Amino acid sequence: MTELQRLRDAFRTALDLPADATVDDLRYQDNEKWDSLAHMSLVATIEDEFSVMIDTDDVIGMSSFDEAVRILGKYGVDVK
Amino acid sequence: MSVALVTGASRGIGRATAHRLAEQGYDLVLHGHGEAGVAEAAEALSGKFGVTVKHAAGDIADPATSKALVRLAFETFKRLDALVVNAGTHAAGMLGMTPDATVERLFAVNAAGAAYTLQNAVRLLARAEKPSVVLTASITGTHGVAGQAVYAASKAAVVGLTKSAAKELGSRGIRVNAVAPGFIATDMLDTLDEAGRAERIADTALGRLGTAEDVADVITFLLSDQARFVTGQIIGVDGGLTL
Repeated sequence: MTELQRLRDAFRTALDLPADATVDDLRYQDNEKWDSLAHMSLVATIEDEFSVMIDTDDVIGMSSFDEAVRILGKYGVDVK
Repeated sequence: MSVALVTGASRGIGRATAHRLAEQGYDLVLHGHGEAGVAEAAEALSGKFGVTVKHAAGDIADPATSKALVRLAFETFKRLDALVVNAGTHAAGMLGMTPDATVERLFAVNAAGAAYTLQNAVRLLARAEKPSVVLTASITGTHGVAGQAVYAASKAAVVGLTKSAAKELGSRGIRVNAVAPGFIATDMLDTLDEAGRAERIADTALGRLGTAEDVADVITFLLSDQARFVTGQIIGVDGGLTL
């Protein structure tokens, strides 16, 4: 499984979305399931999946799937 | 094996708490303001109890310090079960005679430092089975005391942080409590003169200053499963002090 597939699955799991849901264009609070509580769950899921510890500033800044890709890059995870 | 992070663990209440936790088999991440003190504490506890003890030094008023501590817990243990937010500083001073720098430092360490530590640790704590946090407030923060208004205010911030965090984090299974020590025989009392110390003892029902161990025992109780239905509480450990 590629890093991109793992990140997509992390979003689907944390936000309780169907297994085939498109997540690449998701933005924080645009989807009703991505609220502030779900955001903390999403960050925890991503941290578990990629074994990283994300700084608070990056937690706050993770406003979309694309941003998650960019932020993971800072922690050495190359999502392709 | 459970993992605890203790700030301000070089001496006093933090060190006594770290000692009790190591005694109970916790692996530890210890923080101290200066490297030498916390390194010595870590080595002593590791040697005596055979637990893994990591340490880091830095100014807790700088959010980078607590970030580094949590990262150390994550990288070493991948978990955090207990957090003791204890690092603090004390200064007495009458209103109108307290330097601005003292006001700023008291709030930076006691209030902002506590908030940074809790905020940076909360996501790792949330992954634990029975996570628990204890903060060190002060009886001055709950009751007020003449001559220590700014210190008391900075500790009142810890009371508000504790109660709000308990409400916010309860749904995620994280208990948050605080101890409110009275007059404890630690380095922080060095800023009181002998007359002041005698006066504090006279005001204490049990007729003595508290010890760091008196407070550490309550902290470890609050962290334990015996306190599993206790959250949002500020527990006085003051020997019956009346201010």
